[in-house]
Amino acid sequence: MSDATSTPAAGADKYYREQLEQGNFLIQRCLSCTRGIFYPRMICPHCGSDQLEWFKPSGEGVVYSTTIVRRKAEHGGDYNVALVDLAEGPRMMSRVEDLAPEAVSIGMPVRARVVDGEEGKMVVFTPAEAN
Amino acid sequence: MIDKKLRGAVAIAGVGQAGLGQAHGYTEMEILVQAAQRAVADAGLTMQDIDGIATASVTATMWAMPVIEHLGIKPTFIDSTMLGGSSFVAHLMPALQALESGQCNAVLVCYGSTQRTSTIGRAEIANARRKLDPQPYEAPYNPLNPLSSYALVAARHMHQYGTRREHLAEVAVAARRWAQMNPEATQRDPLSIEEVLASRMVSDPLSVRDCCLVTDGAGAYVLVRADRAKDLKQKPVYVLGSSTAVWNRQISSMADLTVTAAQQSGRIAFEMAGLTPKDIDVLELYDAFTINTILFLEDLGFCKKGEGGDFVSNGGIAPGGHLPVNTNGGGLSCIHPGMYGVFIMIEAVRQLRASCGERQIANAQTAVVHGNGGTLSSQSTAILGTQAVL
Repeated sequence: MSDATSTPAAGADKYYREQLEQGNFLIQRCLSCTRGIFYPRMICPHCGSDQLEWFKPSGEGVVYSTTIVRRKAEHGGDYNVALVDLAEGPRMMSRVEDLAPEAVSIGMPVRARVVDGEEGKMVVFTPAEAN
Repeated sequence: MIDKKLRGAVAIAGVGQAGLGQAHGYTEMEILVQAAQRAVADAGLTMQDIDGIATASVTATMWAMPVIEHLGIKPTFIDSTMLGGSSFVAHLMPALQALESGQCNAVLVCYGSTQRTSTIGRAEIANARRKLDPQPYEAPYNPLNPLSSYALVAARHMHQYGTRREHLAEVAVAARRWAQMNPEATQRDPLSIEEVLASRMVSDPLSVRDCCLVTDGAGAYVLVRADRAKDLKQKPVYVLGSSTAVWNRQISSMADLTVTAAQQSGRIAFEMAGLTPKDIDVLELYDAFTINTILFLEDLGFCKKGEGGDFVSNGGIAPGGHLPVNTNGGGLSCIHPGMYGVFIMIEAVRQLRASCGERQIANAQTAVVHGNGGTLSSQSTAILGTQAVL
């Protein structure tokens, strides 16, 4: 497939992180059952095949569920934690940025962005309309 | 395959508790051993009669060994399966098989925690777990786990089925009303729907009153073959069905946040027992959070998916309601020492022995015990009954 990358010579977790550190958000696809996979794995959780390929997802997603973690203002204030369904199928935990945590709603279209986190780069989402 | 010959083959012969609430000055091993000793004595046995053990710890990965050492037993059956809070319900099936096969003759299931009074803070344990049991695809987003995972589930259930915070509050208030009839419960002050709704939000839509307690406590029960149970001290409570299911660990890997693996464990346990939800007199469901009770009522077949909110409305599961649920006051108002599964087993046994005093369900012959562990990760269903339903 044109958007597939070459097979890495490392475990899926290491390869994912290396790519993410370069600003590339990649997920996997099963060559046997064609389903998208996240988080990175060694076998397909749907059919058991070990024939997986990496590809760059569209970055489009929809908020599947959302919560506001309440935190005192002096510790940084409230923040969002969301589950996002990627257009390619798999779901991931993330957060939606660029709007107040209480404005994040289920069903909201969002778009992925790679940002710097406390322990390396991480994938977050912003409202799709804002992009 | 469902092994129906195990139905009723084993009975719970003894139960014991210790260190409920706050166990100042005691270690978790010490209160576990007290509970174990009380369960064994309750059965009319001695510790030397115990030749099988099942136990698990929140923190110690080799926990069975120091427990065996402290009890001074030499078991021929050892199970330390750790599935979170459901473990002590999940310990049933391997124990049934071991007893039925003759591998052992008396199994002690036991747990203890001093998380409330321990000098090791829960934040410290959470930090250690982050390193030893990493979830690197969730941790960077700082979910306040386990709470935020259940909050995500509650939010989705509300979105999909119109469940409201008032429904969640009904679960908390029902638990409190049962707790008010249980002298052992740690939270017995009156609690209203309005107070739950007005309580401090922690991870929306769950407030502090939607969350289980943080207490100390230890519990234990003893299993023997049914023929032996008849000759022991207590009225036997038979294990009619048992099944455990895990579909995922992380909330982000749960296919449908409104459907738990309790659908699988419940279906198999009911089939093994040869019973259906309408045959059940009393339910003890692991209510780590108010949404759990609603989910498990649905997934175990007591109401349709999405109708759990209506089911618990107007005091539906409170004293005097249409179905008695969590009659000890639950993890929400009775006790919750890190893992709660052993306490729902104990409460069900007491109901079926008719020894629950003011909160006793009249003529209770059947009970469902449902344990939950992790972040809706493990589900274990047990169906218990008296001689009358064997």
